[in-house]
Amino acid sequence: MQNAEPLIFERSSPGRHGYSLPESDVPALDSNEAVPAHWQRSSLPLPEASELDVVRHFTRLSQRNYSIEHGFYPLGSCTMKYNPKVNDATAGMPGFSFVHPHQPESTIQGALALIHGLSRLIMEITGYANCSLQPAAGAHGELCGVLMMRAYHVKQGNPRRKMIIPDSAHGTNPATAAMCGYTAIEVPSSDRGTVDMDALATLLDEDVAGLMLTVPNTLGLFEQDIVEICRMAHAVGALVYCDGANMNALLGTVQPAALGLDVLHLNLHKTFTTPHGGGGPGAGAICVNETLEPYLPVPLVKEQDGEYAWDYDRPDSIGRIHSFYGNFLNQVRAYTYICTLGAEGIKRAGEYAVLNGNYLKERLRDAYALRYDRTCMHEVVFAGLKEKAEGVRTLDVAKRMIDYGFHPSTVYFPLIVPEALMIEPTETENKDTLDSFIEALLAIAEEAQTAPELLKEAPVSAPVRRLDETTAARRPNLRWQPPE
Amino acid sequence: MNIPEELCYTKEHEWARMEGDLCVVGITDYAQGELGDIVYVELPEPGTHVDIMGEFGVVESVKTASDLYSPLAGEIVEVNDELADSPELVNDSPYDEGWMLKIRPSNLDEDWETLLDAEGYRAVLAESGAH
Repeated sequence: MQNAEPLIFERSSPGRHGYSLPESDVPALDSNEAVPAHWQRSSLPLPEASELDVVRHFTRLSQRNYSIEHGFYPLGSCTMKYNPKVNDATAGMPGFSFVHPHQPESTIQGALALIHGLSRLIMEITGYANCSLQPAAGAHGELCGVLMMRAYHVKQGNPRRKMIIPDSAHGTNPATAAMCGYTAIEVPSSDRGTVDMDALATLLDEDVAGLMLTVPNTLGLFEQDIVEICRMAHAVGALVYCDGANMNALLGTVQPAALGLDVLHLNLHKTFTTPHGGGGPGAGAICVNETLEPYLPVPLVKEQDGEYAWDYDRPDSIGRIHSFYGNFLNQVRAYTYICTLGAEGIKRAGEYAVLNGNYLKERLRDAYALRYDRTCMHEVVFAGLKEKAEGVRTLDVAKRMIDYGFHPSTVYFPLIVPEALMIEPTETENKDTLDSFIEALLAIAEEAQTAPELLKEAPVSAPVRRLDETTAARRPNLRWQPPE
Repeated sequence: MNIPEELCYTKEHEWARMEGDLCVVGITDYAQGELGDIVYVELPEPGTHVDIMGEFGVVESVKTASDLYSPLAGEIVEVNDELADSPELVNDSPYDEGWMLKIRPSNLDEDWETLLDAEGYRAVLAESGAH
């Protein structure tokens, strides 16, 4: 590993430090009196380094990071759009950043008004009757949603046993169903890439608690039969959950509630530009129609005569799913984003996301294999290179993108597309950026035929080359240990 | 790609071989090649009953995870404990050291009729566009 930055532990030198403490002016305590000997450790090998060593170490590491602020990050199914700086300006306002959740309601009226206001904006965008901003991320929102579906069925007298999930779903969907005590039943996709309606009809019965669908689905395709699917589910007393990871495609154009979907989660860190991943924590939101409204987590925020208050008086609630009220400052960021764009801007964001997805699809279709040749939504899935090259796989194409200066796209998901290569450009990229990415992908497809070793050896420009993923998975080594 | 003539196969890429009155089960050379480096194999407890084409476990590779299906119905009498520490045996030796289950079949004659021979399995691969 040439160019590897040593761990801060490996930079340690005994006696070096970055602090200078004054003499203690209180009597020293004998540690043996305070803590029993068997609870004391004899050594603690923390790194010893000067302030400058530490600053340089972390600055160098940060320069090796790749983020949306470095360049294009076309990570399918993850909506890596730019997070505007104004979001951080409002989140940093003292009235938001210095409040404590235990403060009396009368002293945090502005924070409560924001939670209430964001809920109202989200209800307008999605069409739902109410929502909770508590969940900390998408899968957490899913868990909350399916717990509410279960609470509803229990209230009807039978929790039921089965949850129907398409074979193209995010892996979190069956995991959520299992966590909530349901057996996940897979419904296959048709040759159009959407739910196989005949197969669905044979699976639906009165033991089905619900369906979990992603709209548009993970292939980037709109479920054209979604209204009929919801009708069929409701006919047997089942509910329909919508995984809102792909909500960016529908913004301002489709209200999921109007399609018949009973409950939806949003990823504020995907669709509404709050920090994603390392800059998190994430923020979900769970939206419900009237059927599920009584089961929302507590507390919600209620408004009466211009006064805001926590609302715990909800007897059918599934209870708390997060401490206090979720990741509040990310709610401030999402609120800022929606207000910045306004109704017209939100709609244009969704439209441009879909336009950009289709532009990439059309420009790349001669070099990469389209599994489902249809108009896509905000993302496009290819089944690898159109002209297969001996020994060259989608993984090699993705690694080669690094040498062209781009973050690799999502690969090998959805599972039903062999050699899947999934690209989501988002609306925040301009045509110049999209064109330079297209040129790179066309050049890579050409190299696969003329110089496949360039793909097999990629990346050559990164600080490290191919990581040994197999050994990392078989014999993980997760912790630095001091030399013996 | 190695598809031994003496084995029987499922469409889901498992192979089966009778050894005395027990059926030995694993996954094919094609399957291990498609999965890539296998990092974990989840197998059931001996004594478990499994249905024909019922799920008996999961195989996980660097790039994906895939369910495993039993070619026959019966009682699982033994699983390959070596795979817990050495999942790479499935890549290196899918038909021999990488075996997964030994099943005491409960409906052998009828179940065996549902399996593919080597030629039938080759046809399944050709149809799915396998390279």
